[in-house]
Amino acid sequence: MAVRRRLALPAWRPKGLLGLALLAPSLVFLGLFTYWPVLQVLWQSLHAEARRQTVFVGLGNYRALFADPAFAAALVNNLVYALGTVVPSLVLALGFALALSSSTRLNAALRAILFLPVLIPLVAASSLFLFIFLPQVGLLDHYLAKLGVQGANWLGDPDVALWSLMGLTIWKNAGYYMLFFLAGLQGIPEESYEAARLDGANSWQRLRYVTLPYLRPTLSFVAVIALLNVVTQVDHIFILTKGGPSDSTNLLLFYVYQQAVERYDLGKAAAATVVSLALLLALSATSLRRMERRTDAEEAR
Amino acid sequence: MIPGEITPRLGFAAVLVLVAIWATPFAWMLVASVRPGAFGAGGMASLVPDFVPTAANFAEAWDSADFARYYLNTILICGGILAVQIVTISLAGYAFARLRFPGRTFLFYAFLIQLMLVPVVLLVPNLRTVAQLGLYDTLPGVMAPYFASAFGTFLMRQAFRTIPQELEDAALMDGARWHELVRHVYLPLAKPSLIAFSIVSVTSHWNEFLWPLMVINDPDKRPLTLGLATFTRGAEGAQAWGVIAAGTILVIAPLVLAFALFQRRFVNSFLASGLK
Repeated sequence: MAVRRRLALPAWRPKGLLGLALLAPSLVFLGLFTYWPVLQVLWQSLHAEARRQTVFVGLGNYRALFADPAFAAALVNNLVYALGTVVPSLVLALGFALALSSSTRLNAALRAILFLPVLIPLVAASSLFLFIFLPQVGLLDHYLAKLGVQGANWLGDPDVALWSLMGLTIWKNAGYYMLFFLAGLQGIPEESYEAARLDGANSWQRLRYVTLPYLRPTLSFVAVIALLNVVTQVDHIFILTKGGPSDSTNLLLFYVYQQAVERYDLGKAAAATVVSLALLLALSATSLRRMERRTDAEEAR
Repeated sequence: MIPGEITPRLGFAAVLVLVAIWATPFAWMLVASVRPGAFGAGGMASLVPDFVPTAANFAEAWDSADFARYYLNTILICGGILAVQIVTISLAGYAFARLRFPGRTFLFYAFLIQLMLVPVVLLVPNLRTVAQLGLYDTLPGVMAPYFASAFGTFLMRQAFRTIPQELEDAALMDGARWHELVRHVYLPLAKPSLIAFSIVSVTSHWNEFLWPLMVINDPDKRPLTLGLATFTRGAEGAQAWGVIAAGTILVIAPLVLAFALFQRRFVNSFLASGLK
């Protein structure tokens, strides 16, 4: 095949140059908005503005960053938020997929409802949840009261606010992850279930010993996407809490925004960005390896 | 049936309850948006439409914010990004799928980095770059960081690779140039991937908030998400919940309608988007 391809090409075609030329438009924009900003943020994180002059401060910004209780809060919040949204979202998404995997009309409608929050902007979802979380007269408290349950100050209580935001995030994203599990379930051969049934496995055992092992690649893949979302999506903070009360809902990216736009502390903003980049790169290392394996598998085909 | 078979049915019942919970915010949105006398929160929480529906909330929302302009801006942003992306990803996708050149593997990984370093994380340095390019407070400034797309390039590369080499060879024999090849052989055959990419691209930029918030200052250049955020802040102060519900519907309606019409395509596109 390779030989034939080479033969079919006119000898004058400068293929090496053409390839690079075709990549050039993309590389210009990647350079401007992906590679260059990384270098810039690394440089910026080691410098500070003093009397209109930029001076090298070494790790000064990082020291200031880690000494800032608001940053510590954002870091811890982001960790709690990650665990508290990713685990329930994945469990729910898997449950949804298992319950709705057969393609009946009813199931298709139910899946569409679960997917709907994925389509709407996080800002729009937040506008809706503003009323849902309204104390006493809001949707949540109104119906909790009917059940005889005392509601909370969902967004105003520092002990509760982050959990309220997690609820919103789970509602928003579970339907997206469900899609991947549905696709993964379709890849499980019917014979595996037949064999398990013949062995007398009940539905729990089939889930434990057939379904879950098959879904493992999907599961870890979806976990990476979910973790990326946890770091990169903070729009709801702007509408619902602005990081408060007393930084109880501040997340890393929102903290970066605050430092840069509200406090004009670019050094600290850059240092905080570097911390988020390190987190993202650690995550991406795992998913890149997966992509590589996938590409290799294709190459072998 | 063996005893264990009862659990799936219980599970399905539990999922039905959860679906009802998932639908509740939308149900409230629909009911509240047409509820008359929507000022003040009293009675707003009821999901029962025990009234004659009114369009007053929509009229109020439409009048109190410049939604027509927000729509226009959002459409310009999504359309502009997509138009440039289709060019960049087709060219790069073809290069990675069919051409040999030095540094190909390295460059491929260099592209993939963008899947993780999404522009929004780099908002502070990107804002500076946009300002230096003279694009601060302009719609092209909102679009520029997205003109190259690793996800799109990857998708096109995959699609182009499935196209038989014989087609290219035959076209080359007929004296076709590479750009004629891409336009008349590769792109038409990769249409499903192009559509999938377009859906993901438009949806994500239609819904984007933080980056436009950084770049746009002029109220006349706000996209829908920024407009809705400002509008919500105003209406929240007035406790105009019905108006907020109506405004939210205005923002989400186009994508939700498109989803209702092309469900299958949306689902497949979002599955492909998992790559990012």
